Amino acid sequence: MIEIVAPGPLATIQDRGRPGYAHLGVGLSGAADREALDRANRLVGNDAAAAAIEVTLGGLAIRLPSPTTVALTGAECGGAPGWDVAVTLPAGSRFALDVPRAGLRSYLAVRGGIAVPAVLGSRSTDTLGGLGPPPLRAGDLVPTGSAIAGRVSGEVATAPAHPPALRVVLGPRADWFKRKAVTALTGSVWTVRPESSRAGVRLMGPELKRKVTTELASEPTVPGALQVPMSGMPILLGPDAPVTGGYPVIAVLHSHDLDAAGQLRPGDQVRFHLW
Amino acid sequence: MNELVARAGPDEPMRRVRLLPCGDLATLVELPPDAGVLEFRADVAALGLAGVGELVPAARTLLVHHSAARGPVVRAALVTLPLREPDPIATTAPVQVSVHYDGADLSGVADEIGCSVEAVIAQHQDPTYIVAFCGFAPGFAYLLGLPSALHLPRLATPRTLVPAGSVAIAGEYSAVYPRESPGGWRLLGRTAATLWDADLDPPAVLTPGRAVRFVAA
Repeated sequence: MIEIVAPGPLATIQDRGRPGYAHLGVGLSGAADREALDRANRLVGNDAAAAAIEVTLGGLAIRLPSPTTVALTGAECGGAPGWDVAVTLPAGSRFALDVPRAGLRSYLAVRGGIAVPAVLGSRSTDTLGGLGPPPLRAGDLVPTGSAIAGRVSGEVATAPAHPPALRVVLGPRADWFKRKAVTALTGSVWTVRPESSRAGVRLMGPELKRKVTTELASEPTVPGALQVPMSGMPILLGPDAPVTGGYPVIAVLHSHDLDAAGQLRPGDQVRFHLW
Repeated sequence: MNELVARAGPDEPMRRVRLLPCGDLATLVELPPDAGVLEFRADVAALGLAGVGELVPAARTLLVHHSAARGPVVRAALVTLPLREPDPIATTAPVQVSVHYDGADLSGVADEIGCSVEAVIAQHQDPTYIVAFCGFAPGFAYLLGLPSALHLPRLATPRTLVPAGSVAIAGEYSAVYPRESPGGWRLLGRTAATLWDADLDPPAVLTPGRAVRFVAA
């Protein structure tokens, strides 16, 4: 059991998400930085499918009523009992995470995983689709489970370096844009806007102008798609994005760089280059 | 079953699929207007290709998820798959959805197309609809079959809150809002039917390909 003293700006329960239901309108959801979730679970010896707490911009404060083994990964926050390492804390322990210096999302895994009921095979909170547990609130008592795969790791895990520019694959609708839009996409510095969420990272930069201005019939999208609404400012779709959209997608992030996108925070600057 | 063979004659447009890249782990297949998306989806599934994941249909496209390694093989199979016309006859009995026709936009729709409220209701109930695809929200099914007289654009200003069970129309589609959400479709009525339950598997009653009829409650 974990007692939530304060959730910070947004703390949700996340696992590897809810694949298999996109044809019913159900988004993938799941950890925005999958590698960091996996690393946290590995450190405490959990099954890879175990759920953890995704913390947004720090601020999470917890109390542990009983002895608990935890691991924190992702955007590194002060105030933690350790980072990228499993630590076993005695009953009554508390800690509160500071705002990370860089990055957006941190993961708190507990040995045994978070044991809220699964919805459609996942414990993830889909903030847009309204599936899974609601975001955590002060006073919540979060149950822990028995999703254990092995021993607690004694290692200090190394976080992978995120690339300075994110790789994109052009399409599916790059041909709906003026040629200059494609060069602007890869030749500009984009700024992350504050309205960003788990549904999408809103970017500001040069307007990506369309060549085809007719309405696009709704088509399926994926997390990592750079969807361009009428404003010409792209939205990098996140794990909670709807499964179909009516705006053209100029390019899609390479899957290896999705985790880096999950760490983009308001004010960050980002570049894209062709894969 | 009608096969649409690709033809390259001067008068005949190429009725072929277009394969559009969607990152390194998916390919978006754009189908010609006379080919059925759900028929194509069934045929892709029947191939049983290794490395293929979810098949997500939409209005004119099918998204094929696949492993990066199998991408070239999958794309080669997709481009040579024969196309079929949409099957107008549903293979399953239609789901009956009882509707109280008391929606906030009912009289506005009647005014806009110049007929009575009763005529709008009669036209909305007339066809057997088919679930073309789901999107927008979990369990939100886009139903094809709406009479063309009722094809109207979305509201200029979407409502911030549409009640769950609202029966609505927009463009060529009808739909039932599975839960309370914002929305810009025109509301004709509401149903008490439970069409979405996340604790069931499948959670949706209105799955792609299902036939639907609206009846007055």
